[in-house]
Amino acid sequence: MEHLMEVLRSARKVAEQAEVFSVSSPDSIGIQFEANELKQVQTKESSSTALRIFKEGRIGFATASGGGGLEALVDMAVETSQFGSPASFRFPPRFHRDYLEVPIFDPKVEEIAMERMVEIGKELIAKIRGHTPDILCDVQVTKGTSSISLINSQGGEGRYNSSFFGLSLEGILVRDTDMLFVGDSESSCRPDFSGIDDLADRVIWQLEMAKKKAAVSTKLLPVIFTPNGVVSALLSPLVLAFNGKSVLEGASPLKDKLGEQVFDKKLSLWDDATIAYGVGSYPFDDEGVSSQRLPLVTNGVVMNFLYDLQTAALAGTQSTGNGQRAGGFPRPDISSLILSRGDVSFQAMVEDMKEGLIVEQVMGADQGNILGGDFGGNVLLGFKVENGEIVGRVKDTMIAGNVYQVLKELLGIGQEARWVGGILQTPPLYCSGISVATKGN
Amino acid sequence: MTALVAFIRGKGYNKSMRDLISDALKGHGADYIEIHFEESQSTSIAYRGERLEEISRARNSGGNIRALVQGSWGFVSFNRLDGLRDKVALAVKEARLAPTESGGPFKLFPMEPVVDKVVPQLKQDATAISLATKKELLDSYNNIMLSSPNIQSSRINYRDGRKQRTFANSEGSYIEQAKTDLNLRLTAIAREDNEVQQAGLSMGSTGEFSAVEGLHEQAREIASRAAALLPAPQVKGGEYTVILDPVLAGVFAHEAFGHLSESDFVYQNENLQQVMVLGKRFGGKHLNIIDDPTIPNLRGSYKYDDEGTPTRENYLIREGILEGRLHSRETAAKMGERATGNARAINYRFPPIVRMSNTFIAPGSASFEEMLGDIKEGVYVKDWYGGTTSLEMFTFSAGEAYMIRQGRLAELLRPVVLTGNVFTTLQNIDAIGSDLGMNQGGGCGKGGQSPLPVSNGSPHIRIRHCVVGGR
Repeated sequence: MEHLMEVLRSARKVAEQAEVFSVSSPDSIGIQFEANELKQVQTKESSSTALRIFKEGRIGFATASGGGGLEALVDMAVETSQFGSPASFRFPPRFHRDYLEVPIFDPKVEEIAMERMVEIGKELIAKIRGHTPDILCDVQVTKGTSSISLINSQGGEGRYNSSFFGLSLEGILVRDTDMLFVGDSESSCRPDFSGIDDLADRVIWQLEMAKKKAAVSTKLLPVIFTPNGVVSALLSPLVLAFNGKSVLEGASPLKDKLGEQVFDKKLSLWDDATIAYGVGSYPFDDEGVSSQRLPLVTNGVVMNFLYDLQTAALAGTQSTGNGQRAGGFPRPDISSLILSRGDVSFQAMVEDMKEGLIVEQVMGADQGNILGGDFGGNVLLGFKVENGEIVGRVKDTMIAGNVYQVLKELLGIGQEARWVGGILQTPPLYCSGISVATKGN
Repeated sequence: MTALVAFIRGKGYNKSMRDLISDALKGHGADYIEIHFEESQSTSIAYRGERLEEISRARNSGGNIRALVQGSWGFVSFNRLDGLRDKVALAVKEARLAPTESGGPFKLFPMEPVVDKVVPQLKQDATAISLATKKELLDSYNNIMLSSPNIQSSRINYRDGRKQRTFANSEGSYIEQAKTDLNLRLTAIAREDNEVQQAGLSMGSTGEFSAVEGLHEQAREIASRAAALLPAPQVKGGEYTVILDPVLAGVFAHEAFGHLSESDFVYQNENLQQVMVLGKRFGGKHLNIIDDPTIPNLRGSYKYDDEGTPTRENYLIREGILEGRLHSRETAAKMGERATGNARAINYRFPPIVRMSNTFIAPGSASFEEMLGDIKEGVYVKDWYGGTTSLEMFTFSAGEAYMIRQGRLAELLRPVVLTGNVFTTLQNIDAIGSDLGMNQGGGCGKGGQSPLPVSNGSPHIRIRHCVVGGR
């Protein structure tokens, strides 16, 4: 904290307001298996400091890490402030939430030895190879802690620690020129060893469903997006549309839709930075604003957008506690999203389909016009359903659609939800009329 | 390295960087150890609509150590330079975690130690241009886009940076390389009622500022294209004959074939090795795909990779036949091939992995008119939004697309996504133009390391039976 105070003091000499933010991670450890073998063990120590100032009413910003950078921070921030946007807000004088209210640090993470992490990776690979012996697995087991500090010239001051534990697996099975990719991941602020079995079970399910191949034809088909499928195909356009910046500039298709029914009545979505041990959780955001559980969609009606301080001020509203920095400028971003459960079992959705697709992984879905809500890409992992049964894996197949059309009327929402990548908790979504294109028509 | 050396001295050291490194590397009992130091500076400017939203500067310094023991790696990255010897010891300890029965013998492609210093030669170094000049230029592009009809908003992302890297290894190599990079993306966003469409342009250079000057006409053009997309129809999904412009064909060369040539995907996968056998035919005699970091002044150009390997031109496909692939010292040794100088890391926080540099399809002889010639119904695709690959399957999306009817360009289409199996698609390239163009925009992502400066290119190419996604 002392070096942050020092930066703040020297910034105060030249600027009206100032804010210093720092993240440090003393030792993040990553264990990497490649092709079923332990390949690399990594330890990363990192720290970085960001300074934001208001000078002559304009925002200046600079970041530094490593030796020699701290001294340059003030000069760099002053230089950029000549051209920065006019400051429309004040730094918060108090951070209201106590860091204990949102638990995101588990000391158990620190106790896990590298050797144990290696064992976890081996166990996971052994489980998958128990099902499919010739699969090649890349596995990552990661853990770490971070310490976040934030102080500003208006008296605001806060600090908290977070921890992280993650597990991911990618498997590849090559037969001639046919490649099958399977995989999944788990992450949390606390080590959860039961996650190993869940992850293995999901990957084994993928392998089991992919044993046979099936062909679809080019036409409109109903599609079940699994939780992984929701994230890889549908999430990006929504995240962009609810971002206060897209709304403020008028580029979001939802900009005039507050209070209006845009989505299916069964659908509710909220952003929640207060989930205990969620990897997207925090007690206050990267600008010192308290985190909250923010409804974005309630029964299909658009409720809120995500804001940081500057964007909120320009839009004439309040920050929603979503100011986040990915190593740079604070911007509005999601913490963790939760999509409400429905009342249909996955099995019932499958049984309901005469002909359709189950989409688990789409490649390249966010390359299109996601601002307009479009999604489309190659079905990297997906299965065909015929007369209520999964008959095999599809290949050479593309799907395309628009989230605003697809989510307007859903055939069903699954009754079981799960976390994907620590970003989104979602049930499967059963959608109608998705355009499917395939080779040979 | 002046600030870095000063920093070390400040901590009580009093040695040259080279001595300091060589001391730290001694006596750990590893098969191989290397060390990277890096100092970087960057400037970023981002506009959203008429607002200059973010302007920032950054300074960053740090390093890493990589140790190899019996085929297994330990890696330690850091910002704080104190306790270097302990950090080396930690990397060695990590490398020893692999059980000895699975670890192979020491295997890196053998190399003569290199001692060298590389300094970029720039006419007009972007990192030395004033912020005021940069802002004035970007303002002019933004004003053009925003004053065009139906344009609701815009995006400009500009970034330049300079890196000073020091590399040393336990074999006696010591290389200092400075590298500059520049990247600009302009996007125009058009809106009418609930329809939102966008068009963009990506440019880049090895730090030469002139690469992003004088783009006013292009800024006008993307703005009018974004507006023209509003009433444009979506392509009907299905299989078409497609013609790719040099930009998109370059993305195809990179995504569809380049990644498959990265040996770290192949060297431990026996099945994939059988697919990627050198000498196997992948396309017609007209097809040549090359990766070449030695071409001057492209964003993917460099003299030594991040393992200190000198670079060279690498034919991946020559006259349709698989001739080579991209290697690190490790993958080369394991596959009994030559190291090609393609081990790269985006910064000191990551170990080097096998990456492309400047990847392109070599020019052929077909003219654009000849390619259009006999297409009854096809799609002409230009420019890119992005691309990705799962090795076998690729997808990439075009920023601009037109129907081709009866050998003529017809209506403008909404952006389309193309997908296919790389092996069949390479065989289905039936015409290659003579108009090679290199695309310097964007960057490449792999294994969590993004964006890495690369370039790619191609002449116009024609592909039969390509799946195009639409509604």
